[in-house]
Amino acid sequence: MTKLLASARRVKTGDRPLTFFALILPFLAAAAAPILTRILKHNAAWVLALAPLWIFSHFCGMLGAIAGGGTVSGGFDWIPSLGVRFSWYMDGLSLTFALLISGIGTLIVLYSGGYLKGHEHQGRFFSFILMFMGAMQGLVVSDSFLMLFVFWELTSITSFLLIGFDHRREASRRAALQALVVTGLGGLSLLAALLVVWSATGQNELSTLLASGNVLRESPFYLLALILLLGGAFTKSAQFPFHFWLPNAMEAPTPVSAYLHSATMVKAGVYLLMRLNPVMGDTAPWETILPLFGGATLFVGTLLAVRQTDLKLMLAYTTVGSLGLLVMLTGFGSETAVEAAVLYLIAHSMFKGALFMVAGLVDHETGTRHISSLSGLRGAMPITFTAGLLAALSMGGVPLFFGFLAKEEIYAALAIGGGWATLALLVALIGNVLMFAIGFTVGLKPFIGPMGNAPKKAHEGPILLWLGPLVLALSGFAAALYSPLAHHLLSSPMASAVAGQSLTVEISTLPHIGAPLFLSALTIVLGIEAYLTQAKLRAGMVSLLAAIGWGPDRGFDQAMRGLVRLAVRVTRIVQNGRLDFYLTVVFIAVALALLVPMIMFGELPSMPSWPDLRFYELTVMAIAVIGLGAVVYAKDRLTAIVSLGIQGFAVALLFMLLGAPDLSFTQFMVETLSVVILALVMTRLRLAVTEHRPFGQKALDITVSTACGVAFALLLLKVTQLPFDATLSSFFEAHSKAIAHGRNIVNVIIVDFRGLDTLGEISVVMIAGLSILALIRVRAKGHEKVKTTRQEQAPCEH
Amino acid sequence: MEPAFAVLVGLFFAVAIYLMLSKHVIRILLGVAIFGNAVNLLIFTSGRVMREVAAIIPEGATTLAGPVANPLPQALILTAIVISFSFFAFLLVLAYRAYQELGTDDTDGMRVAEPEGEPLPPIGY
Repeated sequence: MTKLLASARRVKTGDRPLTFFALILPFLAAAAAPILTRILKHNAAWVLALAPLWIFSHFCGMLGAIAGGGTVSGGFDWIPSLGVRFSWYMDGLSLTFALLISGIGTLIVLYSGGYLKGHEHQGRFFSFILMFMGAMQGLVVSDSFLMLFVFWELTSITSFLLIGFDHRREASRRAALQALVVTGLGGLSLLAALLVVWSATGQNELSTLLASGNVLRESPFYLLALILLLGGAFTKSAQFPFHFWLPNAMEAPTPVSAYLHSATMVKAGVYLLMRLNPVMGDTAPWETILPLFGGATLFVGTLLAVRQTDLKLMLAYTTVGSLGLLVMLTGFGSETAVEAAVLYLIAHSMFKGALFMVAGLVDHETGTRHISSLSGLRGAMPITFTAGLLAALSMGGVPLFFGFLAKEEIYAALAIGGGWATLALLVALIGNVLMFAIGFTVGLKPFIGPMGNAPKKAHEGPILLWLGPLVLALSGFAAALYSPLAHHLLSSPMASAVAGQSLTVEISTLPHIGAPLFLSALTIVLGIEAYLTQAKLRAGMVSLLAAIGWGPDRGFDQAMRGLVRLAVRVTRIVQNGRLDFYLTVVFIAVALALLVPMIMFGELPSMPSWPDLRFYELTVMAIAVIGLGAVVYAKDRLTAIVSLGIQGFAVALLFMLLGAPDLSFTQFMVETLSVVILALVMTRLRLAVTEHRPFGQKALDITVSTACGVAFALLLLKVTQLPFDATLSSFFEAHSKAIAHGRNIVNVIIVDFRGLDTLGEISVVMIAGLSILALIRVRAKGHEKVKTTRQEQAPCEH
Repeated sequence: MEPAFAVLVGLFFAVAIYLMLSKHVIRILLGVAIFGNAVNLLIFTSGRVMREVAAIIPEGATTLAGPVANPLPQALILTAIVISFSFFAFLLVLAYRAYQELGTDDTDGMRVAEPEGEPLPPIGY
């Protein structure tokens, strides 16, 4: 039984059992999804969406407490002996993420209902997406490192399942595997980072780590922890040069692209950086590496977006760019930069989620996502047009929209002078201009102009499809309209959590005269210019990329191919199909295992004195030795078989001489049977028993077998020189007659004391007998098959 | 007496392993048979050896009159002899059938499951 833990140092406002229920509810819904979908078809979406909706409302109940500067935490003991707890911790950062996940999740579940209507695996899809929701939600509210890591990996796995959802296409399978390999390697890096942090600070929970101040920053392991952490964060958040998996992940159905690969999962890396900013930020490596990689990602991502002609791919590359922007801002670490990152993150989740759903909706209704085939849809799809336009306005940073607030704050954070910041400002300006152009290419261009030549006759989609994008796009507008409230509830608490100190976001939609406003206006002007000349820009990018040729995406293929080749090569060395090789390795290992410790620990036996043997004992031993020698040197089959019999009977005689009559009888019978059967079988095989091993082979074999023989002899000598523990033997001797009423102690042990072992032995004999029978009887049937196989193989052997 | 047995056991192991390292199934079989004897003698000797006195309680008595050979390794070996014999019989039939199907007793020629020169596995996703 787990025990509810009370923790006095934290402010507790949440209802613990309910929060725990909120954490597992997505998984319960995932389990129920296939059955519900079988009964209700696509309308199961309405029922399943209740789960994230309830979670959303539960988290909304915490808004007041957290806006007031409090935190919500709770948990259960998980593995008390290791000090591991199942614990959650929510401040402004976690709560904003949790609300985005459950809120957008509700809309996505509904959207999937319409998008995959009639798909044979729709139930499976609901199941996967709800599982992802549970994992992502767990990730952002986790307090203990172990939970954080487990949920982090779960998001990678569910992402793999969702990208590969259409598993019949090779491109999907490749993209799924690529995402798993890249983010999975990042996950290992994160695990290492968490272990380093744990050992450096002694903390294994985020809440206590955040309260530990400068401990981590001043630790000698800081740089190691930082680099490992960035390995996890950069792969997950698709930072250059690990960005390539994200556009490929667009192979997934559009709800997945909208949810995982723009609004939530890819922000997990950013979440991690923001989460640890108070304890890891504000250092030279942090403020160098993050802006550098973030800036490069922003630059590369938006430039690559321009060359795309597929709506989803354009959005995917701008997502890469946006993630770069977020990492860059987090790296700057100034108060304004943190506020800008927070605002942009919230804005991006809303407008990018909406635009993805618009792109999917257009694709769903027209049958194409190619920009040149799409135009003039405004009449046929007015609601989609509204949602797309509103989202594009927010993405473009036009006043009155939430994206504008974010953009103003970004410029305010970067327009501070100095070479470093000016370079970043320039990159941000270029990125924003291009994102403006892309936003309108997706949200405006398909809807205006004359009717395009789309494969399907377009008309407005069902409510399930347009509800999601419309609500998200409108909320971007509403959040800007009621910006003081949005800042009070979301932005300010989140910014405070990221900065590690109390911050108040104050920016509103009213234009403030100054450098940021000028830069915003410049962005819009240049953005319109870029939108109008995008065909030329695209052609330029295409020729530039053709000139570069190689990219990490092709590198991934090369790496995978190299891995397969390496695996084949290693397998051919260690599993070459040669029995004598395997046996040689095994016996070398046996000899080493016996000899090395004996020599290393000085446990070699002492030199024994000449044994007191009677002449007949010596004679029997000599017979055994002669038998052994004769087996090795026998020139024909019969001699070999007879010699085998000689050593066997000599052993039987030895047993007889040494007080073991039962063994002796059994050995006599078994040896007789062996010789008879062997003679019967061997005379049927037209084979010479002699062999000619090449000299080198022979030398090796003799060395190995001699080493093993010497090793066993030394072992046995050492064993017999140690004092003998007769406890067991004495027990059997004392109780054989008294308890088991048998005088022959050996027999009593076999049939009584260890009767179950004997049963096992009989079973082995029976199984061997059955196998022999089977081997003989399958002959008639199996004969043809093996023969044909051999003929097929024949050319390979020559 | 044990040192003499230790040397004998070592010799049994050496011969058995030398035979098992052969490429010919028949030689491997002979090696396996000898290997069983080697292991049995190893167990027997590590339980210490004693001349002629079997572990049998005299008629009418409830305990032993004097020291006897250690019964425990004998019980173990009795099981081991039977199992190694069944194993040997199985291997023998297996070798015989393999020879019938493949026409060779050379282990290098038995490559149906792992053919030589296999092409690379398909590189795809």
